[in-house]
Amino acid sequence: MTAGSAAPKPGGPGVRTGRAAGQGHGSSRLGDLLPGGRLLPEGAPGGPVLRLVVRWTRRPLLPAVRLWRRNIQLRVVATTLLMSLGVVLLLGLVVIGQVRNGLLDAKEQAALSQAAGGFAAAQEKASGVSALDGQEGDATDGRPSRGSVNWRSELVKQLASGGQGAYHVVALSPDSDDAGMSRAPRASGDVDVTSVPQALRNAVAQGTGTFQTYVKIKYSVSKEPEAGLVVGKRLSDVAGYSYELYYFFPLTQEEESLSLVKGTLATAGLFVVVLLGAIAWLVVRQVVTPVRMAAGIAERLSAGRLQERMKVTGEDDIARLGEAFNKMAQNLQHKIQQLEELSRMQRRFVSDVSHELRTPLTTVRMAADLIHEARSDFDPATARSAELLADQLDRFESLLADLLEISRFDAGAAALEAEAIDLREVVHRVIGGAEPLAERKGSRIRVVGDEQPVVAEADARRIERVLRNLVVNAVEHGEGRDVVVRMASAGGAVAVAVRDYGVGLKPGEATRVFNRFWRADPARARTTGGTGLGLSIAVEDARLHGGWLQAWGEPGGGSQFRLTLPRTADEPLRGSPIPLEPEDSRRARECAAADEANDRALRLAAVPSQTGAQRPGLAIPARSAVPPHTAPSAAVDPAALPGSGARVVARPVPQRQGEGGAAESSVPGPVSRREDTSGGR
Amino acid sequence: MMSIMKGRVLVVDDDTALAEMLGIVLRGEGFEPSFVADGDKALAAFRESKPDLVLLDLMLPGRDGIEVCRLIRAESGVPIVMLTAKSDTVDVVVGLESGADDYIVKPFKPKELVARIRARLRRSEEPAPEQLAIGDLVIDVAGHSVKRDGRSIALTPLEFDLLVALARKPWQVFTREVLLEQVWGYRHAADTRLVNVHVQRLRSKVEKDPERPEIVVTVRGVGYKAGPN
Repeated sequence: MTAGSAAPKPGGPGVRTGRAAGQGHGSSRLGDLLPGGRLLPEGAPGGPVLRLVVRWTRRPLLPAVRLWRRNIQLRVVATTLLMSLGVVLLLGLVVIGQVRNGLLDAKEQAALSQAAGGFAAAQEKASGVSALDGQEGDATDGRPSRGSVNWRSELVKQLASGGQGAYHVVALSPDSDDAGMSRAPRASGDVDVTSVPQALRNAVAQGTGTFQTYVKIKYSVSKEPEAGLVVGKRLSDVAGYSYELYYFFPLTQEEESLSLVKGTLATAGLFVVVLLGAIAWLVVRQVVTPVRMAAGIAERLSAGRLQERMKVTGEDDIARLGEAFNKMAQNLQHKIQQLEELSRMQRRFVSDVSHELRTPLTTVRMAADLIHEARSDFDPATARSAELLADQLDRFESLLADLLEISRFDAGAAALEAEAIDLREVVHRVIGGAEPLAERKGSRIRVVGDEQPVVAEADARRIERVLRNLVVNAVEHGEGRDVVVRMASAGGAVAVAVRDYGVGLKPGEATRVFNRFWRADPARARTTGGTGLGLSIAVEDARLHGGWLQAWGEPGGGSQFRLTLPRTADEPLRGSPIPLEPEDSRRARECAAADEANDRALRLAAVPSQTGAQRPGLAIPARSAVPPHTAPSAAVDPAALPGSGARVVARPVPQRQGEGGAAESSVPGPVSRREDTSGGR
Repeated sequence: MMSIMKGRVLVVDDDTALAEMLGIVLRGEGFEPSFVADGDKALAAFRESKPDLVLLDLMLPGRDGIEVCRLIRAESGVPIVMLTAKSDTVDVVVGLESGADDYIVKPFKPKELVARIRARLRRSEEPAPEQLAIGDLVIDVAGHSVKRDGRSIALTPLEFDLLVALARKPWQVFTREVLLEQVWGYRHAADTRLVNVHVQRLRSKVEKDPERPEIVVTVRGVGYKAGPN
């Protein structure tokens, strides 16, 4: 066994070398052993392809995406599944790696010692036979003897027979060119000699130690190639020729063990993932179900079903949520009921006052009328008293009616009976009613923009009341000048603007005209007995329609009141077809006098709130056409853009959004005095 | 012009001052008023005085005005004019639905009241002999009767007037305003609920299926017209 000691010990430096030489095959080794190991894709596909795929798959995926966004349970379960899948995969890879390494290490140890034994035996045999041959002197011609030929075959057969199929032996000559019969490759177990990789052969040919590597063992007969370990060493045969002896150790058994482990792990992993998903589903359901219940009940609560409550069981956080929720609902219900009760009482009170006041008033009214009819029989003082009585009763009646109307608005009892009406008819009715007053005042009432129907869903009674108020006010404060009623319809809105050229409005008055019982100047004699509530009611009427009632005025330049209504009820207003500040306002004329370019910029700045579609149907005359006959006395305030007379909201309404340059009340516009703008009619 | 026989007015009102004032005004206009202050006694008073018209306050002690209206309407087609303090509540519609022909809102002027009463009484002043047909109905204007297949249908005078107004011009679509003027005698636009309610009441009597009217047809957005013959 002296020669045997020459062979490196298993696990010795030679083995390490072999390992080092086999480094290049590391990946193939892993690939051989783990055909299923390539789970990860080869990297993301190219950019454009990805985008195309995303685009194709996105459309049908949209419902799923929506479900994903809306369903927290689905999200949690899916996340849990994905994450546990990742963990299980990682765990599986580590475990499989460990098991494989362990198996291979053991196999390698066994294989190396086995091979070492074989090499030693072969060496020993060769030395023995060589000595015998030397004695016979039969190998002088340099050709391998017949014995040598058989010797190799026998050696291979002999060595292989010890393994009983656990390994195969192959003997190769380093130079296959002049390979004669004697030096042709020999192999046991039908191993294809090309199974030996060239790199290993080179290593064996150049070195003297033992080399090994993992290969795919191919067979010359029809048999599936299998993974294996090959250990090789260069030896000398009986004739002194060197040859390479390789041991092939198939790793079939190890592969089987490994795949068994893999299968077990995969099954276990699958179970774990599915179970984790189920657990996540159950756990999330415990939390999500009460949350969903709360959401549903909150929705029903907000829809007005105030008696809805959550079911509360236990004392956990969910129960606390439920309790807090129920307490909130309870308080809400209580408050709402209180308010409803108050509102009901208020309405009831209004109704009762109405009846209780009206019945005696009716008697008084009739009595006064009888007395008034007979006044010609009275002495002058009594006759005049009868007249005053009748007149003031009229005023008292309208005051009572307005008060009751206002209190109905305050109680929220005013109901809109909207139907599609043509505002032109309403306007003509109103003007017809106001003609006698206009004749007395010496005014003419002109209508502009009534060529087209101006249809909106509105309550004709209320709109008529609003417009009557505006027209009568305009005539009363118009100082005998013309009153222009302008109508327009554009976008989703219709508008009626009533323009007078009377005393106008002072700064800040444009908002205050809508205040209840507001009088511009209490000292001024009241020609007509307005109640002081007309414009307040008009604003409420407009608001009931979802519309606007706004005022603009300038000192001595008159005023304009604009009613804007949405064309269909419930449609929010975004703009008005008629600008609040009329085109013939003083500022507009000043603008006309100013630089043309400047003017255009200013107009542009004024427009944006009223979008293109909502520009008035009324053609606005070019500014240059308006003669700049007033001297530009005041500098144009850049902040006060056209259309900004004032935005009027009698009471604070938070959702009302301002228009372009419209300011609430503090527009520093050039406005002077208007002695009496009481909203009465 | 107005006969004494056509001038009896029953005033159902609990407010004695108003009732007295109404009496003064009505007598001054040549009517013959009688009074009852309690809703429970209203029907008895109605049977006793056999008035040509009832002025009925909606708020009454005992039976309320709506109930009284219904009871009177159950046995007579005599014109009923409601007095109400609330013009914009459902009371008005309920009152009209229970059979009142017209209503007047407090406070009213004496002239207004008298005009309303005259308009209700004026109707059967000049009965010209006239036969009209509308759908499968035959109307005898002078005889004040409506018949379907020889069976007469009972209508109140107001409903009869409404039907006759439509039947006289079967080609014409009547707006509610026009009907208010022709049937109720309103010069200016008034409450169109009057027309709606009475058309419903008329349909419930003359239509075979009030859900699908064939006699009084609605023209959407305009008004009503007589159905095809």
